[in-house]
Amino acid sequence: MNDMTKVDPTAAPALRFEAPPSTSLLAHARHIVSENPVTGLAFGLFALILLAAIFGPSLVPFDPLASNTNSALQAPSARHWFGTDQLGRDIFSRVIVATRLDFAIAVCSVALVFAMGGLAGVMAGFYGGWVDKVVGRLADTIMAFPLFVLAMGIVAALGNSVTNIVIATAIINFPLYARVARAEANVRREAGFVQAARLSGNSDWRLLLTQIVPNIMPIMAVQMSLTMGYAILNAAGLSFIGLGVRPPTPEWGIMVAEGASFIVSGEWWIAFFPGLALMTAVFCFNLLGDGVRDLVDPQRRN
Amino acid sequence: MTTPPLLDIKNLTVEFATRRGTVQAVKAIDVSVAKGETVAIVGESGSGKSVTSYAVVRILDRAGKVAEGSISFSGVDLVAASEAQMRDIRGREISMIFQNPRAALNPIRKVGKQIEDVLLEHVQATRATARDKAIEALAKVRIARPEERYDAYPFELSGGMCQRVVIALALACQPQLLIADEPTTGLDVTTQKAVMDLIVELTRERGMSTILITHDLGLAAAYCDKVVVMEKGNVVETARAGEIFRNPQHPYTRKLMQATPRIGMSLRDLLPDAQKGPAAQLAAPKPAPAPDAAPLMRVENLVKEYPRPASGSFLSKLMGKTEEPKAPFRAVDGISFSVAKGETLGLVGESGCGKSTTSMMITRLIDKTSGSILFDGTDIGAIPAKQFAASAHRRRIQMVFQDPTDRLNPRFTAERAIADPILRMGGISGRDALRARCEDLARLVGLPVELIDRFPHQLSGGQKARVGIARAIALEPDLVILDEPTAALDVSVQAVVLNLLQELKERLGMSYLFVSHDLNVVRLLCDRVIVMKTGAIVEQGTSEEVLGDPKADYTKELLTAIPHPPV
Amino acid sequence: MLRLIGQRLMTTIPSVIGVIIVTFLLTRVLPGDTAAYFAGPAASPEAIIEIRSKLGLDQPLPVQFVSYVTALVKGDLGMSLTTGQPVTADLAARLPASAELTLAGLLLAMSVALPLGVLAAVRQGSWIDHLCRIVATAGVSLPVFFTGLLLVYVFYFILGWAPAPLGRLDVFASEPARVTGLYLVDTLLARDGATFRAALAQIALPAITLAIFSLAPITRMTRASMLAVLGADFVRTARASGLSSRKVIGTYAFRNAMLPVVTTLGMVFSFLLGANVLVEKVFAWPGVGSYAVEALIASDYAPIQGFVLTMAILYVALNLMIDVLYGVIDPRVRLEG
Repeated sequence: MNDMTKVDPTAAPALRFEAPPSTSLLAHARHIVSENPVTGLAFGLFALILLAAIFGPSLVPFDPLASNTNSALQAPSARHWFGTDQLGRDIFSRVIVATRLDFAIAVCSVALVFAMGGLAGVMAGFYGGWVDKVVGRLADTIMAFPLFVLAMGIVAALGNSVTNIVIATAIINFPLYARVARAEANVRREAGFVQAARLSGNSDWRLLLTQIVPNIMPIMAVQMSLTMGYAILNAAGLSFIGLGVRPPTPEWGIMVAEGASFIVSGEWWIAFFPGLALMTAVFCFNLLGDGVRDLVDPQRRN
Repeated sequence: MTTPPLLDIKNLTVEFATRRGTVQAVKAIDVSVAKGETVAIVGESGSGKSVTSYAVVRILDRAGKVAEGSISFSGVDLVAASEAQMRDIRGREISMIFQNPRAALNPIRKVGKQIEDVLLEHVQATRATARDKAIEALAKVRIARPEERYDAYPFELSGGMCQRVVIALALACQPQLLIADEPTTGLDVTTQKAVMDLIVELTRERGMSTILITHDLGLAAAYCDKVVVMEKGNVVETARAGEIFRNPQHPYTRKLMQATPRIGMSLRDLLPDAQKGPAAQLAAPKPAPAPDAAPLMRVENLVKEYPRPASGSFLSKLMGKTEEPKAPFRAVDGISFSVAKGETLGLVGESGCGKSTTSMMITRLIDKTSGSILFDGTDIGAIPAKQFAASAHRRRIQMVFQDPTDRLNPRFTAERAIADPILRMGGISGRDALRARCEDLARLVGLPVELIDRFPHQLSGGQKARVGIARAIALEPDLVILDEPTAALDVSVQAVVLNLLQELKERLGMSYLFVSHDLNVVRLLCDRVIVMKTGAIVEQGTSEEVLGDPKADYTKELLTAIPHPPV
Repeated sequence: MLRLIGQRLMTTIPSVIGVIIVTFLLTRVLPGDTAAYFAGPAASPEAIIEIRSKLGLDQPLPVQFVSYVTALVKGDLGMSLTTGQPVTADLAARLPASAELTLAGLLLAMSVALPLGVLAAVRQGSWIDHLCRIVATAGVSLPVFFTGLLLVYVFYFILGWAPAPLGRLDVFASEPARVTGLYLVDTLLARDGATFRAALAQIALPAITLAIFSLAPITRMTRASMLAVLGADFVRTARASGLSSRKVIGTYAFRNAMLPVVTTLGMVFSFLLGANVLVEKVFAWPGVGSYAVEALIASDYAPIQGFVLTMAILYVALNLMIDVLYGVIDPRVRLEG
């Protein structure tokens, strides 16, 4: 046990006091998962989603776009696990293949808003003054809209494309990131350890990089994990009302929309399985948010 | 046969269910309180003193329970009593006062209403008489204009005033026993005296019994008949207040007593005998600084102003109502003093007197409004705080901060924290040399070397304080500002840290500016003292002069407010 | 109190200005040809040119902005190509339907979420607490359009309890005389029990769908803030003074715990107004949301722009009401404000 945690100082010089050895992080992850099985479940689901997103298209039994009117509207069976839609396409294949697109939209929009919102927020919190005013005013203006409605307006205005869904989702999440980053940076600007680092002769940007940003990262990580779910929901909602993704591209939201008119006549599986996939993904990311918080919180690592 | 005690705790054990199994917070203790008696329960943090009182009124949180023993109050078994019976007893027979009075009151309910709630609950008033009785209760705790205060919300009252309201609330139903849990912690020393005097006077005149829970042995001895000393869940000693100071029996009591700063002691006296040995040789008599030598730092007419927030609303501005621009708030109002080489200068005053602002300006963390700060002949006040990090003087002025937890980056190990100033300005190159220097510093401040790879949350309060000190002295500065460095520490840890600071000063030839509200500590550590009030200096001189024979009324007031144990 | 409202009103001015600028930018600073958008997909080049000059799109931006604001002040949001009516009239006709649905959903959610959150906090670790946690996590994960479809399948197709998801009233019932525009209220005012029941049957599923969606944030916040308040010093004081648990939880804890919940309502409204669009599409609810969706499909831009602007102004107004409500509960805001 002791040998595991001892790190050869020449082998990992920078790591020695900057960050805990990576072995302890793994051990900590194991501890968290064993302590809270739900988090373990979330990590497992996440692995599945990742798998489907990367290898999905080469794993599925049917071509997700190939229609076959002979086998239209079939209920789930051994051949078509999730049944077939009105054009006879295999829903299981379509659900799996759609993972990549939905996941990519969420990851891209979260990465975009993390970079923009996080940077703007940290600057606003650390420097205050006019930077703070501008960022605050921008966030307030976005927050003045009901967010999904604003996303509708943005996609309708910028044009109906997947890229614009990513941009719209990033924009409506901007205030959240900017505010969290601002609040955290602002509190830490006055924190004792930052003052102490000033006394040690650190310049402003060095304070930002070594003292403030690393301490904000855990909170931002939790934020990212939680907004991943929201981003997927938002993107699916937009395509449900006919924005962004266009048929016949397989995407969960548009598949639910396609199946919606068949619900009243009893063909439930067309909308149900893509909806279930969507729900599972969002559920997974929300649970993951809590798990990530436990994982990155140094106070809980003993 | 004597009369049975009002409150009799026998063999009480309180357990808490935690994630690591059951923990005994209180272990088989006996405490008794006679009618009309004032008893202090004294102990450091984690001693179980508060838990004991919560067990008496049965407000332990969910995880805690009385595992064994009995609590009898006027013949009623409080452990076995029903919840309804307990509700009748709480507030009516036994009342409590808590630390942090402002938080102890409902922030969105008028204070008068809160007193009424208690009166109505215990049928001490009807809806018709409740208001008058509440106002009467406020008047009894000497609140001026009680009719107006009835309608006040807690945020509109000062801390001392809030504590009076809490006392009024506790005494409204004329209970027989008052439990005061650290009632004056966080209050200024003059307010503390006023509040304690009031509690004692009101309880004495009603013939009430009181339990005072405190970490301050001096306070306990000054106000109580009997003292119960607790350590780690055990009662280690119970004695009359006078007796316990004259003749402490238990080693822990002796250690605690010794660590409590009092008049006529030296710093070394604070330490337990076993720790005095080798270090004592270092404590050679201080060479008095030559009077004609140029001072290390001279502060002249230093002023710090803060703009007052504009009070006029946007609406009134819109309607063209212009108000006189208010004069800015002067946090520090033209003070002058100097610090000699090798000297420890104490800066004392109550909260809001400007002592922290002064120390921040001298440390060059904030800019002054006017005046000069001459350090070794250079006016460092002229260098903007933003650029001071790059100045050659930066390494010569360092600071040790108050709360050791807040002052350490939670993601840096102790070594990384200590190394930080050396990395920035130290000029030590090479990983091994740096490591060696950090280990030297750790040894110097008495931090076990094997601990320097730990993160702050893995260190105790005293160890964190040592890390903070090691970081401050890493570059061997000429002047160290100590901002209440021991305020968050238990007395026994405080004693060790104070001695460490003294020893380091002599060894490294530094000067200290010691900012504190605790006059007893200042007396021990400082050569000279400055007393501040509302941004100005009211008195300065040698420690003996100022604290032994004060000239200013304010200094006298401060000194008399310190609880003096009967020695 | 009036002063507080006045002050809050002032603070909404920048928000309203921001909203107007953003909606203006969304329509005018587009990568594509705005006139083509406004003219619709089937317009001839001449028609586009005509619309461009009619809309003033050939003028410089500041001039366009001034005329945009002037039109706004007059309540002119342009014409809808699909309905042939002024957008303002369309929105006004459809707004009550959306308002009724949103309010019903919110009231339903609050009536479940508040007791659930409070009980979960008071009995921490009990089955009700676990239920609360499941609701809070599952609720935020449910896509609102998916919940709606599931409810339709179960309650309409399988059980047959609910009417077909086709609007506010079935075809055989007649609309009540318009007073408030809210059918549930208007039918009651007209003492028309049968129509009231018909309207209630129609609104039940969409309102439940919205309620399930907004349940999670309200429950989560109620539980969290109630827990925080129950651990506060002043609750300990109240307990130690022997106040009954009804008094402690009701008067002392609950009112304080409501402060963060009221703040959360702003966010809940933001979610609700968005979710409304999706629910209206699922249930063919004739509100402003389905109006906007129809316009989106037809590439009819003026209604969308009008919809976004109206929702934003409505949302700003709701936030103003929430602020004032906060001030009513919290004297610190009221007296210092």
